[in-house]
Amino acid sequence: MAKPASSIAKRADALWNWVDSRLPVSAFWKATMTGYHAPKNFNFWYYMGSLALLVLVIQILSGIFLTMHYKPSAELAFASVEYIMRDVEWGWFIRYLHSTGASFFFIVVYLHMFRSLLYGSHRAPRELVWIFGMLIYLALMAEAFMGYVLPWGQMSYWGAQVIINLFGAIPSIGEPLTEWIRGDFFISDATLNRFFALHVIALPLAILGLILMHLVALRENGSNNPDGVEIKANKDENGIPKDGIPFHPYYTIKDIFGVAMFLLLFAFILFFWPEAGGLFLEHDNFVPADALVTPAHIKPVWYFTPYYAILKAVPDKLMGVMLMGASVVILFFLPWLDRSPVKSIRYKGLWYKFLLGMFAIAFVRLGMLGMAEGTPAQTIEMRIWTFVYFAFFILLFFMSPRGKTKPLPERLTH
Amino acid sequence: MPTDGVNIKRRRFLVATTSVVGAVGAGFTAVPFIKSWKPSAKAQAVGAPVQVNLDSLDPGQLLKVMWRGQTIGVLRRTDKTLGSLPELDAYLKDPESLESDQPPYAQNEARALKGEFLVVNMHCTHLGCVPQFLPEVGPQPFEEHWNGGFFCPCHKSKFDMSGRVYKGVPAPTNLRIPPYSFIDGSALVIGVNPEGAV
Repeated sequence: MAKPASSIAKRADALWNWVDSRLPVSAFWKATMTGYHAPKNFNFWYYMGSLALLVLVIQILSGIFLTMHYKPSAELAFASVEYIMRDVEWGWFIRYLHSTGASFFFIVVYLHMFRSLLYGSHRAPRELVWIFGMLIYLALMAEAFMGYVLPWGQMSYWGAQVIINLFGAIPSIGEPLTEWIRGDFFISDATLNRFFALHVIALPLAILGLILMHLVALRENGSNNPDGVEIKANKDENGIPKDGIPFHPYYTIKDIFGVAMFLLLFAFILFFWPEAGGLFLEHDNFVPADALVTPAHIKPVWYFTPYYAILKAVPDKLMGVMLMGASVVILFFLPWLDRSPVKSIRYKGLWYKFLLGMFAIAFVRLGMLGMAEGTPAQTIEMRIWTFVYFAFFILLFFMSPRGKTKPLPERLTH
Repeated sequence: MPTDGVNIKRRRFLVATTSVVGAVGAGFTAVPFIKSWKPSAKAQAVGAPVQVNLDSLDPGQLLKVMWRGQTIGVLRRTDKTLGSLPELDAYLKDPESLESDQPPYAQNEARALKGEFLVVNMHCTHLGCVPQFLPEVGPQPFEEHWNGGFFCPCHKSKFDMSGRVYKGVPAPTNLRIPPYSFIDGSALVIGVNPEGAV
């Protein structure tokens, strides 16, 4: 009995060798997984990268199935989304998977970015990892905005109106530029159709390419860690970092645990609270687009509201748009704004904990104010937090070279 | 790349010229794709004038019509409203409409051919939302000096009963006035200038 089994195993082995000598599967697996040594002290914050990849897969899968029923035309779009929700078998599930996935993408990405601020993961030699990450974030914002236009509800329509008109603030070329983006003199079928094309193919391709660059640049220098010290400075006789452990199986197993916990939360929202009380899917977007009536309370989805608050805080069109743009662009320069001799918040003094704390509060508070009605008192508060938001970067630049630090450890702590 | 016995200068020249010609070619090839995003011939053709009958419009009433995809408001104003317009000049950004977009025949206090009828492009000059029409006279939560007007829900821009913008709001200029003219006394047509004007 043993003989045939072993001959099958031999054949399987031979087939594997045949493939592996033509396509370097095992070499790639070794280089990026079993032979890649990551710092041994990753904590909760290090789940976010793999979770972002998971959400990306969820979005691509659910998105492909949505395009099979959705109709990208101004006349049919709204009804086709309702058709998916009511008539397509499991259509509601696929649609909620996609809409909930969009919000979770931003939750994960914001936590992922905050991790960098905590542990200095954007500092040399990982500046390009950060830059590619920021480009992914920009592409993701465009992707989310265009996706939100597709259901052609009131918020889709007026959101598109407002966002596209932001470009109209640019002197002289602004007006023709908005016309070119819309493909018409107003938000119309032409706009919807091209947003569909960008949303389902152009931007996803760009995002995939950028993620590839993000990961290649990451693997070149290896991950940072909560201590912010380079593990490659301390190698054993085989040239393996003493504080490194193979990514597979150690971190693949850890990430599977993260995935399980994440899916638990994700499924709960998806099945019991998919609109999240108007945060993930706004109430006004269940009303078909109407060019004659702007909803009384117009606001973007939650992940854009911090920037929207900065726009609203400025009583001037061009200045408001410029300040909002600056609030995103300034993030690109973070690797060079932080000039502290240590990377991680663990070895920076109280000054950094205070700065980062204020920045986080400003970001969250701006997000909340961006959703609010906009009373005069709220406008004043928005201005204060906008000031705090930008003060973080300026103070960081001037305080980081002088700010107190603690001595770095020889080896990782955990 | 082998370098012995090679004319480096010539190689550099060839690389540079090939790159430049290639880039120019790619640039020209991009033109059709970029131009395909412009409003199509069909979109440009849908710009016919719109006729509005004024008989059914009561004083104080606002009628919204679509013209070239834009929401156009036709507001019938009372003499009282017209009389109260100059009171607000001090609180307005551009009371004489010097910086704003309107045909020359509408560049006056009432911003109209005939003061009674305001014909106005309803889209806010900030980011294009359609402001709410709030004709009540008297202080409002958002503005103390209010003789009726338009209030934008998006970013709180305020305009008076002539579509003139208040100071201290994000909208840079007054609401736009489209070209229009009257045909006999009881109708107007949006998209056509009065004969002899302009």
